[in-house]
Amino acid sequence: MTSQRVGYAILIVLALVAPAFAYPVFLMKALCFALFACAFNLLLGYVGLMSFGHAMFFGMAGYFYGHVVKAWNMPPEIGLLAGVAGAAVLGLVTGALAIRRQGIYFAMITLAFAQMVYFFCVQAPFTGGEDGLQGIPRKPLFGVIPTKDDLVLYYVVLAIFLFGYAAIYRFIYSPFGQVLKAIRDNEQRALSLGYEADRYKLLAFVLSAALAGLAGATKAMVQQFATLTDVAASTSGEVVLMALVGGLGTIIGPVVGAFIIVTMQNYLAGFGQFVLVIQGAIFVVIVLAFRKGVVGEVMDWWKRRRSPST
Amino acid sequence: MFELLGIPPQALFGQLLLGLINGAFYAMLSLGLAVIFGMLNVINFTHGAQYMMGAFAAWLLLGYLDVPFWASLVLAPLIVGLIGIVIEKLLLKRIYHLDHLYGFLLTFGMALVIEGLFQLQWGSSGAPYPNPIPGGYNLGFMFLPAYRGFVVIAALVICLATWYGIERTKLGAYLRAATENPTLVRAFGINVPRLITLTYGLGVALAALAGVLAAPIQQVSALMGTNLVLVVFAVVVIGGMGSIMGSIVTGFGLGVIEGLTKVFYPPASNTVIFVVMAIVLLVKPAGLFGQTK
Repeated sequence: MTSQRVGYAILIVLALVAPAFAYPVFLMKALCFALFACAFNLLLGYVGLMSFGHAMFFGMAGYFYGHVVKAWNMPPEIGLLAGVAGAAVLGLVTGALAIRRQGIYFAMITLAFAQMVYFFCVQAPFTGGEDGLQGIPRKPLFGVIPTKDDLVLYYVVLAIFLFGYAAIYRFIYSPFGQVLKAIRDNEQRALSLGYEADRYKLLAFVLSAALAGLAGATKAMVQQFATLTDVAASTSGEVVLMALVGGLGTIIGPVVGAFIIVTMQNYLAGFGQFVLVIQGAIFVVIVLAFRKGVVGEVMDWWKRRRSPST
Repeated sequence: MFELLGIPPQALFGQLLLGLINGAFYAMLSLGLAVIFGMLNVINFTHGAQYMMGAFAAWLLLGYLDVPFWASLVLAPLIVGLIGIVIEKLLLKRIYHLDHLYGFLLTFGMALVIEGLFQLQWGSSGAPYPNPIPGGYNLGFMFLPAYRGFVVIAALVICLATWYGIERTKLGAYLRAATENPTLVRAFGINVPRLITLTYGLGVALAALAGVLAAPIQQVSALMGTNLVLVVFAVVVIGGMGSIMGSIVTGFGLGVIEGLTKVFYPPASNTVIFVVMAIVLLVKPAGLFGQTK
């Protein structure tokens, strides 16, 4: 589709010039959450599994990154790898258990595991408990790229985001992705065709966890801290909200949703608990009235405009 | 002083009692969740917020109208249950035809709104609620605070009454029938939508009642139900939502296990229920009392 390519080209140009108009740290945070939301949506939108515990991968990867870079004094690229690998292993363990149940139980089980990870983080010595891991140094990436400079780091984060996004795109449009969609639409039929649904689901879960980990580790690199907030249930809820606002099952939707929610949080930061109330209200409104999300509604409107007869 | 496995009996029985009390709340809350899920096909994420509203209702009734604890025990669940009925009529009713996930998300959103509003109005630090039955009994091996003993017995009575109401009365029979096959029950001239509304009100009232009972033990605060509801989800996964008795037994049992963990290995006390959940998923994925489908 050419219109899609043009759209992506415009978006990439926008992303390249964006630091001229917005604060780079804000943009980097939004990109991290956008990747996180895309990773979450890979699971819900394309496999039909709603994980309500994705914060455990996002937050734990941040802790892994911080520990490796700060306590072990390793370079940031090793920290990112550690975050991704740690999240993937955690995803393998929790995923293998969670896929034993379906539908709403899956959501509750992932939520419960995330809560377990949260309690673990409160007590574990390396996370710093309530204080979190503070003052993670920004060391040069690959020994040469000066990440101390916010602008340079922005392009690093943009590259990481594009890598993650491309990976997801690749998964979804590969034969593997087609099988996932088949399982989502009719698991029995996929089984009868000889696909081991559970293996596919588990692999998708691990991939989603690893990418969420990449997002979390990157966020720790940007903000130089990792705290309990990132592993808390509220973060798991936020990522669901981002994907939902943007549009489930559309590949670009979660990115749009993440930017909307992070921008909103940024503007409402001074209002304390009002953010929660508004987020909750958005949940209610979206579920009741706009289940397709922003991107889904726009796409519908576009289609209707193109073919007014139907 | 005799000791059991190196643990002084006061500590052991004290934690056991605490475990039983926590178990009482798990049982009441998972019972409500199971009843609501059976009828509405919605996992009520607002359950923790409604538990908190029950405690707040009692606290406000006492603070502004001088309503004693015993009256609140009836009034607070009634008020919160009515609010639940309004929520069902206005919001939940619209999403029954959709996937379960939407009910989960909708009630999650409502929980955020409710808890956020309560935090805005009353802050996040708790307020104490006076103990309605001060004093206690010295049982020789431990000291039993009277109110805590009362909570365990009251919770048992409430759970058994709910079980009786659903399994042994005519209204309960309608309810179970409508859970099985709503269309057929409707064809017999029973107003199923009203039954659904009433069920939600009942489940919410049960959560609020648990909240009132919890008020004198815990601080009444906007976030008192936030973490509790997550633990209760694990309880529900462990027990399976198929059976009323299963919810009750699982709830109390897990409370006791949690209490014992506090005695023998305190650092794991927060996570033990989730570990049990992982084991149950490995051994019996449908839950201890659930049916595989």
